[in-house]
Amino acid sequence: MALVEREHIQESPDLLSEATAGDFVALLKPRVMSLVVFTAFVGMVLAPASPNPLLAAIAIAAIAIGAGASGALNMWYDADIDAVMARTVNRPVPSGRVAPGEALGFGLVLSALSVGTLGLMANWLAASLLAFTIFFYAVIYTMWLKRSTPQNIVIGGAAGALPPVIGWAAVTGTVSIESIVLFLIIFLWTPPHFWALALFKSGDYQRAGVPMMPNVAGDASTRRQILVYSVLVAVSGILPALQNFASPAYGAIAAVLGAAFVWYSWRVFSVAGRDPAMKPEKALFGYSIIYLFAIFAALLCDGLIARLGG
Amino acid sequence: MPEDRVKPTEAQLKARRNRSIAIGLALAAFVIIVYLGTLIKLGPAVLDRPM
Repeated sequence: MALVEREHIQESPDLLSEATAGDFVALLKPRVMSLVVFTAFVGMVLAPASPNPLLAAIAIAAIAIGAGASGALNMWYDADIDAVMARTVNRPVPSGRVAPGEALGFGLVLSALSVGTLGLMANWLAASLLAFTIFFYAVIYTMWLKRSTPQNIVIGGAAGALPPVIGWAAVTGTVSIESIVLFLIIFLWTPPHFWALALFKSGDYQRAGVPMMPNVAGDASTRRQILVYSVLVAVSGILPALQNFASPAYGAIAAVLGAAFVWYSWRVFSVAGRDPAMKPEKALFGYSIIYLFAIFAALLCDGLIARLGG
Repeated sequence: MPEDRVKPTEAQLKARRNRSIAIGLALAAFVIIVYLGTLIKLGPAVLDRPM
């Protein structure tokens, strides 16, 4: 049973909508989509296959739309808690621009279209993984974990970590240890990234009643866990080089990026909230985004060089 | 008979036009994607079938 009961957002009595296409695009969480596109693309480039470029582009678009659809389903279900958090109050559903039913329908239709398109244009293993990702994010994370456990984003992070696995599967038809390593990097990165945010936005989550780690286990425990996860992230970052599907040069870059990640986390741990402006937490949150982008950009460059050289 | 129709406001009409254009463009893009994807997957032979 959820700790936070869901309240229904009432449908507007006004039947005529003022929602623009931009509001529906916002339902797809474009910033999350851009990360999905990037990591899925890296998964495709690293995979030992040479797909038709246009089919690969269609597969990437299908993965992006599928991820966006799960975002729309999340915004439909979470409208009640989005309405009380400053960060999310202006989203299309809580602001009243898009009716909840419209967001639900939009998400379901795009889910079906994206999974069907990926299945027909790539293969049904990739399509099944995309369907699982949508289900995991919308049902397991949004409807269940988010409101019931402080491990919400730890387990839910699996949904955000799957795109490179789907990209790999779309061009090879398989799930391999290499794609699982890519999954692991994003999966282990998610907790320190979101807990850094939760530390300086804990008031928001408290108001909404979402059991984020700082609100449940306390700040000190959260800082300790961030440090542990950041060490695991740093180790997982160099695994592609240890597994020989990335070069030693990549391994060196990943080691430096990982060391910086641990250093930022150490600052969060050692300053321990004595800075009222929460600068270490904000710095870690900002760096975590740079880290993930840089790691996957390095993998992409490495993969492209290997392809051109080979 | 009483008039029970809702008269849309200027903003509602503008938003509806905006949504209609977006749906049209999205559908056109989807059709092109399916057409090109089919040609690549099945090749020109898709047009060369015994009747």
